[in-house]
Amino acid sequence: MSDASIETNATPINLSASNPQDAGFSDFFALLKPRVMTLVVFTAFIGLVAAPGGLHPLLSFSAVLFIAVGGGASGALNMWWDADIDAVMNRTRKRPIPAGKITRDEAFGFGMTLAAFSIVMMALFTNLVAAGLLAFTIFFYIVIYTIWLKRWTPQNIVIGGAAGAFPPMIGWAAVTGDVALESILMFALIFMWTPPHFWALALFTRTDYDVADVPMLTVTHGRKATRAHIAVYTALLAALAVALGLTSVGGPLYLAGAIVLNAHFLKGAIEIWRRDETDAEADSYKTEKTFFRASLFYLFAHFGLIGLETALAPFGLGGW
Amino acid sequence: MALSRQHELHRRRFSRNLGLGIVLVGFVALIFGLTMVKVSTDEFTMPLEDRFDPRETN
Repeated sequence: MSDASIETNATPINLSASNPQDAGFSDFFALLKPRVMTLVVFTAFIGLVAAPGGLHPLLSFSAVLFIAVGGGASGALNMWWDADIDAVMNRTRKRPIPAGKITRDEAFGFGMTLAAFSIVMMALFTNLVAAGLLAFTIFFYIVIYTIWLKRWTPQNIVIGGAAGAFPPMIGWAAVTGDVALESILMFALIFMWTPPHFWALALFTRTDYDVADVPMLTVTHGRKATRAHIAVYTALLAALAVALGLTSVGGPLYLAGAIVLNAHFLKGAIEIWRRDETDAEADSYKTEKTFFRASLFYLFAHFGLIGLETALAPFGLGGW
Repeated sequence: MALSRQHELHRRRFSRNLGLGIVLVGFVALIFGLTMVKVSTDEFTMPLEDRFDPRETN
C-alpha cells in the first residue's frame, strides 16, 4: 500500500488528489483576505480611538474584532462569487477556491455565517448604528460591488471603494453611536484613495484584467485615460486629506505630515500622467510600481498621524 | 487497517480542528469578559420582573 492511499474492504481510496473537504485552518483564514484585513483593522481602530468619548478597552477590542470578522466575511463571499475570474488571473489563481482546497459552497456558508455573527455581536456589544453600518458595508461590497458593478462598469473601483472606506466610520460609530463630519472625512479619504491605488496596480498587471474580462478603466478607456484619472483623483484626494487635518481629529502634526505626504503622492501621480506606455514598458512600470507601494504607506501614514494626534492630546501636544 | 504514517490530509484536518478549538475557546473567553464589562457599568440594571425580592421567599 502506498502512503497516499487507504485500503479498505472495497476499493482503495486515493488520497493524493486534492480533496476540497479537508482544507486546513490556513485555507479558511486565507478566505478572509488577511492582507486587506490589516487595513480594515487599522483604520477601524483609528476611527474608534479618535472618536470623542471612550469605550472600555475590551469593548474597543471586540468592536475592532467584529469589524475585522465582517470584513473577512466580505472577502470570503467575494471569493465565492469571483471564483471563475480568480482562476484565470495570475494574482488570484492560488486562492483557496481556484486552488481546489475549498468549494464555493463552503466559502459561501463560511462567509454568510461570519457576516451574520459579526453584525449580531456588533449590535449586542456596541450599538445599532455601528451594526447597521457594518451590515451595509458587507451588503455594499458583495451585492453592489462584487455582484453588480465589478463586471459591468469601469467605475467599479470608484464606487466599490466605498466598502473599504467604511471601517473608520464604523469604529467611530461604535463609540459615539453616530456619524460626524470627521468620520465622513475619514471615509472620504479611503474612498478617494482607492481608485488611484487600484488603477496603478491595473497599469502594471495589464494582462490579468484583460484575460478575466473585468472592465477596468485600463481596458475600457485605455491606459492614457487611466493615467489622467489617477492624476485627477490624487489631486482631489490631496485636498480631502489636508481638509481632514483642520477638523477635531487633526492637528499641526497631522497637517504637516499630510502636506508632505500629499505633495509627494501628487508628484508621483503627475509622473504617471506624463508617461506613455513606451516609457513604462522600458523600465518595467517602475514609476507605477513605486506609486502603488507609496499608496499603501500613504494611507497607513495618514491614519497613523490621526492616531498620534489622539495619543498626544492628553499631554496637551496633539489636536488643535 | 491502521495507517502507519500520518498522511498530509490528517495534518490539514488536525490544523483545522486545532484552529477551530482555539477560536471557540477565545470566543467563550471574550463573551465572558464582555458580559463582565457590561454588568459592571453604572448603566446596567436588571429587568424589574427578574429582580430578587426577599419578600417572595417568606
